[in-house]
Amino acid sequence: MKKAFSKVYLLLVFLFLYVPIVIMMALSFNASKSRAVWAGFSTKWYEELWRSASIMDAVKNTFTIALISSAAATVLGVLACIGIMAMSRRGKTVTMAVNNIPLLNADIVTGLSLMLTYVFFGISLGYGTIVFAHITFNVPYVILSVMPRLKNSSRSTYEAAMDLGASPVRAFFAVVMPEIMPGIVSGFLLSFSMSIDDFIITYFTKGAGVNTISTMIYTQVRRGIVPSMYALSTILFVLVMVLLLITNFAPAAKSRDDSKKGK
Amino acid sequence: MKKRLCLFLAMMMAAITCLSCGRSLPGTGGEGKGTEEASKEDNTVVVYNYGDYIDEDLIAVFEEQTGIKVIYDVFETNEEMYPKIESGAIAYDVICAGEYTIAKMMAHDLLQPINYDNIPNIKNIGEQYLKMCEQYDPGNQYSVPYVFGTVGILYNTKEVTEPVTSWDILWDEKYSGQIFMSKSIRDSFAVALIRAGYSINSTDEAEITEAKNMLIEQKPLVQGYFVDQTRDKMIAEEGVLGVIYSGDYMEAKNDNEDLAYVVPEEGSNYWTDAWVIPANAKHKANAEAWINFLCDAEVAAQNFDYLWYSTPNVAAQELIEEEYLNDPAIFPDEEILSRCEILAYLEPEVENLYNNAWTEVLSK
Amino acid sequence: MSDRRSTRRRLLAGPYIVWMVLFTLVPLAMIFVYGFTAPQGGLTMANILAVGQKENLKALLLSLKLSLLCTVICLLLAYPLAMILRSNTKSSASLIVFIFILPMWMNFLLRTLAWQILLENNGVINTVLTFFGLPKAKMINTEGAIVLGMVYNYLPFMVLPLYNVLTKIDDSIFEAARDLGANSFWTFVRVTVPLSVPGIISGITMVFVPALTTFVISDLLGGGKILLIGNVIEQKFTTTYNWNVGSGLSIVLMIFVIGSMAVLQIFDKDGEGTAL
Repeated sequence: MKKAFSKVYLLLVFLFLYVPIVIMMALSFNASKSRAVWAGFSTKWYEELWRSASIMDAVKNTFTIALISSAAATVLGVLACIGIMAMSRRGKTVTMAVNNIPLLNADIVTGLSLMLTYVFFGISLGYGTIVFAHITFNVPYVILSVMPRLKNSSRSTYEAAMDLGASPVRAFFAVVMPEIMPGIVSGFLLSFSMSIDDFIITYFTKGAGVNTISTMIYTQVRRGIVPSMYALSTILFVLVMVLLLITNFAPAAKSRDDSKKGK
Repeated sequence: MKKRLCLFLAMMMAAITCLSCGRSLPGTGGEGKGTEEASKEDNTVVVYNYGDYIDEDLIAVFEEQTGIKVIYDVFETNEEMYPKIESGAIAYDVICAGEYTIAKMMAHDLLQPINYDNIPNIKNIGEQYLKMCEQYDPGNQYSVPYVFGTVGILYNTKEVTEPVTSWDILWDEKYSGQIFMSKSIRDSFAVALIRAGYSINSTDEAEITEAKNMLIEQKPLVQGYFVDQTRDKMIAEEGVLGVIYSGDYMEAKNDNEDLAYVVPEEGSNYWTDAWVIPANAKHKANAEAWINFLCDAEVAAQNFDYLWYSTPNVAAQELIEEEYLNDPAIFPDEEILSRCEILAYLEPEVENLYNNAWTEVLSK
Repeated sequence: MSDRRSTRRRLLAGPYIVWMVLFTLVPLAMIFVYGFTAPQGGLTMANILAVGQKENLKALLLSLKLSLLCTVICLLLAYPLAMILRSNTKSSASLIVFIFILPMWMNFLLRTLAWQILLENNGVINTVLTFFGLPKAKMINTEGAIVLGMVYNYLPFMVLPLYNVLTKIDDSIFEAARDLGANSFWTFVRVTVPLSVPGIISGITMVFVPALTTFVISDLLGGGKILLIGNVIEQKFTTTYNWNVGSGLSIVLMIFVIGSMAVLQIFDKDGEGTAL
């Protein structure tokens, strides 16, 4: 009984989550531009997708902004983590408090405050202003994922390495780095995906003619969306699904096999 | 928690210190930033236009003809565009704006005069139209008209069988939940002000309040406030009545034959959109090349086939089929024009009245 | 020697500290500068007090109402889900979590737009209803539609922290409770819920704050008819061009965000919510 209930409940939640997505995907194959009419199956929106320079630009911007900002955030964040660990208690608290601001604050306020600053200092809004904004909200995610790892990494091995004559830098790369690597990777991936999905902060800090996928959809929503955007999202969605399936479940399946063999 | 409080106080301190420098802030009605950098070698033109307001194929044609790269950006309403210009947040080279906003930008010294030596195609624009534009831009110094049109009601003849002659129908409970109003402040107020028998440029607080109350009274009947989305929603028959610009009508009718357009008898707003060059433009000559390109007869005619708004380009009109030229929904005739009024620039205090009244309507 | 080393190490945080000052603190200060000055210059409280104006207050209260509603619904939906996940084997639970997070990779705006298509007068749901001879329901551009959109977008933020906390509870605790004579209801109330408080709290924060401050969901599913405080602020900046009042309202919004977190801190005795 309980089991049946939980199955039904899961099913309902999944329906709730996936019906909109299925609708989007279906519309990407609709021959008509209007979403009210089903005019037959067609792949023309996919073909048009490749031909549309503006959509391709938006895709390029989305990914380059995400890549640049998450890479920069990772470097800044890892360095900061090491620095923060060496700080006094009070220094640590203050730095972490400021670090948490972009995480806790409303996106709309973060975006607006950056826009005000850019405008006040006469910085013309453009591609760069988006990148700076994204780095700003990405570093906290990196610190959040690296800090706990760094705290747990054993100081003694690091010091032992130095006692054995390694320079601090070398000791760091030889001993600490491997230990915190998973944190760095997850921090990078987290900020990369945050950057891709962001709309609000980009919306307030973007300049003329610079669009990401999100801001492009927003303008299109208001003047009639081109189904190519559905097509684009369908492609990205399937791509991510495959990627996640490979990375998440391939090693898991393998380790399960190993453990079976062990038994 | 204590940390956050400290932080909060520190921020306050920082803010107050900043105040003492007493610099005038952008976004406070101060002046926009002037041109700081001279036009560089980069051969681009940054265009700011309404959404879906040009046949986008023409952009590529322009790039090919002139070798100038177009950076194209869009907005939905004049109100959304204006802050970007006044604050100087983004340096655009050429902007398409409504007449009352052009007047506002002129009043705030945000525009620069157009050098007509670079726009030989101005000869294509009809004298009568240029003369009309002098109402807000004396001497046609700052703006070159792009398209004209009216505001009216788009309705579905299947569902609305009675004759549509008055704005009153937008207040008819029969159509509750089936009505789309405009999201553009001045347009929505124009409808209410006309219905109440006032000028669409009313500066009288009592009249504005009356219009506001009318809009509040109407709100339960309204399905949504949109600008460009109204057309698509009417095509999809999500509603039966919508306030719309004349050009959207042809486009809508092409997709749904049951739709019809009317300029109500009480009158309406006859509007102009024109190209202007902001004071902080970095590529003025390129902006003029852009305007000149759009004033070309064939370009304007091709654009007409996409936009369906009446063009002031008389040379282009010769290329347009009679059927359209004689359609009063597209090229409003004298009779319709005599009922219409042009939106004028309002002083900031009056504009504030409108803004606050509008927020009140929307938050009801 | 080690002192010098730690000073040098501390310097590594330098670049980020400079960054934080430039891109976090200065911008926040800018909000305060605008929020506490009049357009003509000079200090004023008017922008903050603008929240007391009828229309702004109404938007703020509506935001609070809808975001609270959304948070409660998310919690009610997510708790059983997290419990079910917990009772599953690890590998099947991680598969379910995976299926659960996957929709978040569809663009946020499109996901919300999809609901517009579902809820419209001639939308998918109404088409289905008419097919079965049922009357059409008016769903789009209502407060309900906005809450639905919020729940849809933020539900995963509630499930994940709950799931994280629940899986960490040892089974033996439940056995002990049962051995002591508690039935499953009381085990739930007295054992499960108290132990999952950190998860509940971080879930609430992650759902409540974005729901309170959104302007996109209300824009897409409210048809411009329903103003939340996020919409009011956005309009002050992008259309009515009154950055001072916009900043003033942003400060008020920040106070609400900070306030809600402070309230949550009281319940979070361990001082450590489980972040994602």
